[in-house]
Amino acid sequence: MKNRDEIAQALAASGYIADADLATAISLMQMLRRPLLLEGEAGVGKTEVAKALAKVHATELIRLQCYEGLDQSSALYEWNYQRQLLAIQAHRGSDSIEDQVFSEKYLLERPLLAAIRRRQAPVLLIDEIDRADDEFEAFLLELLSDFQVSIPELGTIPAVTIPHVVLTSNGTRELSDALRRRCLYHYVDYPDVDRETRIILTRVSGASPSLSLQIARMVEGVRKEELRKVPGVAETLDWAAALVGLDVRDLHGAPETVHETLVCLLKTHEDRARVTPEVTQRLLGRVA
Amino acid sequence: MSCCGSSPDYDDLNAVSRLVSARLTAFLRTLRDAGFRVGLAEGQDAATLLSSGYAARPGLLRAAFKHLFSARKSDWDKFDGLFDAFWLGKRVRSRSRTVGSTPGAGNPSLKSFQDRSAEQGGGQLLTDQLCSSDDAPEGGSGEGRMEGSSRAENLAEVDFRKLGDPDQVAQAHEAAAQLAKAMRTRLTRRDLARRRGYRLDLRRTIHRNISHGGVPISLVKRRRKHKPLRLIVLLDASGSMSMYTSVFLRFIHGVLDQFREAEAFLFHTRLAYVSDALKEKDAGRALDRLSIMAQGAGGGTRIGESLQTFNRWHASRVIHSRSCVMIVSDGYETGDAALLGREMAAMRRRCRRIVWLNPMMAWEGYAPEARGIKAALPHVDLYAPANSLQSLRALEPYLAKL
Repeated sequence: MKNRDEIAQALAASGYIADADLATAISLMQMLRRPLLLEGEAGVGKTEVAKALAKVHATELIRLQCYEGLDQSSALYEWNYQRQLLAIQAHRGSDSIEDQVFSEKYLLERPLLAAIRRRQAPVLLIDEIDRADDEFEAFLLELLSDFQVSIPELGTIPAVTIPHVVLTSNGTRELSDALRRRCLYHYVDYPDVDRETRIILTRVSGASPSLSLQIARMVEGVRKEELRKVPGVAETLDWAAALVGLDVRDLHGAPETVHETLVCLLKTHEDRARVTPEVTQRLLGRVA
Repeated sequence: MSCCGSSPDYDDLNAVSRLVSARLTAFLRTLRDAGFRVGLAEGQDAATLLSSGYAARPGLLRAAFKHLFSARKSDWDKFDGLFDAFWLGKRVRSRSRTVGSTPGAGNPSLKSFQDRSAEQGGGQLLTDQLCSSDDAPEGGSGEGRMEGSSRAENLAEVDFRKLGDPDQVAQAHEAAAQLAKAMRTRLTRRDLARRRGYRLDLRRTIHRNISHGGVPISLVKRRRKHKPLRLIVLLDASGSMSMYTSVFLRFIHGVLDQFREAEAFLFHTRLAYVSDALKEKDAGRALDRLSIMAQGAGGGTRIGESLQTFNRWHASRVIHSRSCVMIVSDGYETGDAALLGREMAAMRRRCRRIVWLNPMMAWEGYAPEARGIKAALPHVDLYAPANSLQSLRALEPYLAKL
């Protein structure tokens, strides 16, 4: 599957509405065998890309959530020390125990090692890489270029298959140039009204086309307000689900409900205070 | 990647005609000049793309190249313009240099200095002008000359704007750099005392206890890695601050050079990120690059708007939990003072400390009357004078406590 239209269709079938740019990025990713680095505001659906990609390829999704202080032993592999100690105690005196203890039986696979040892190439999602430390980033770079892991006690483990790697970043830290250069880059922006309407239609069951369009327009208006936390696609979906659940067919028909359910979109006290009923009215007026 | 412009080896790609690969090489060079980090591997991949049908439609090729060559949002935003200018012959609005044009011709506007590419091009044109502002501060030459013993010591108390002769300026610069160095050692030494483990590290414990036959007798603990303090300096480079700008630039250069984590921004009517320009080891050259940015607009100061830009685009990247923001400004706001207050409040939520250094504070009869400073003061943790080396030195113990 190389054509970008095919990819866009396959993604849509798995529940992700992609723009043409992203479809291009994914087709390039397969052709050039490079990882894809996704950047963008929180809640625009970066992680969803990887999930949809796994569905498209009908393969497993292996996720590595990065955090500060993430190290090799929780990302790559670790020996099962408790078991090793037990085995040594149990077989005290036997000579062969040394060889047994450092065998695969006692090896704990962590996401990165798991990803390169699958028969069918999985999608490896390295989420929020900007939260990990610089050292980990350097180590990851090495793995992403060689696709092999060396374990001192066991030897080098080459990759069985090369996984499809997707990295996401929220921009809380500047990533190194080396890592950026290694990857294809795609900036995930807030979707336009048309795409957001289609996203709501696909993801929220029971939302009618006209309501979806109204919601998308309303959210676009809210995003243009001066807010501390701009609502992402995830928030839009929450709100749409809430409205559908409350049996709202038309936004103009229930302005109070609309105002009350805006809690789904506005996540700080200040934002909530800024969007007064009057502001909601004004926004609703523009939805038409 | 280096910007040497060497072309990738296309011999194995017979499908790509020689003409196209020459054109591609030129495009890569244009990208490098525009600040893209493009290496050999990217060039080869681009050639592969050209030979595999992506060249059929410009829109498709542009999208493909955009993903391949961009590495950050700024690249992402300006790529389309560059591509159109090079391949489709359209004019670009932002100043970008295509291969063959003369470097840095025309008048360097402030906007162009934000591109790293343009900095190098126009760098030499305006260098001398900042020096002249150093040489001639009003009425400075007479009062600045100290008679008697130990010039270095006296220098510490002299107001920066009264430093007249170039020797004294150089000494002050030197002292500022030294001071930055001293601060760094004090600030980071505190890490050592806190090291005590909180979690068992099995891997290291087993390794250490091999000599006990694997029985864990001496335990190894893991400790939390300590974040060093990060210092973020925002320097006001407007006309009213011009007498102080050069000394503070030197100080900031020292800070960036010595601190493991530090970032610097410059603002007047707009905000510019200058850490990259200041990474230059040679102080003279770094200052040259910067002096251009510092000149930009000598007119008003829009502190509020500059801080808004900072909060919106840079804060989440540069500020972490152990960050100290240092604003060096006289607080003469020509924009909206209420906006400044709001943005200060927003910044206050993010970082640990805000220090506001005001060189005018030590002037006789000065009171914080300016609208800007009045709006900002409620959110500032430390409001201190910074008109002499001594006053800078007095800051150090405070910062060490963070």
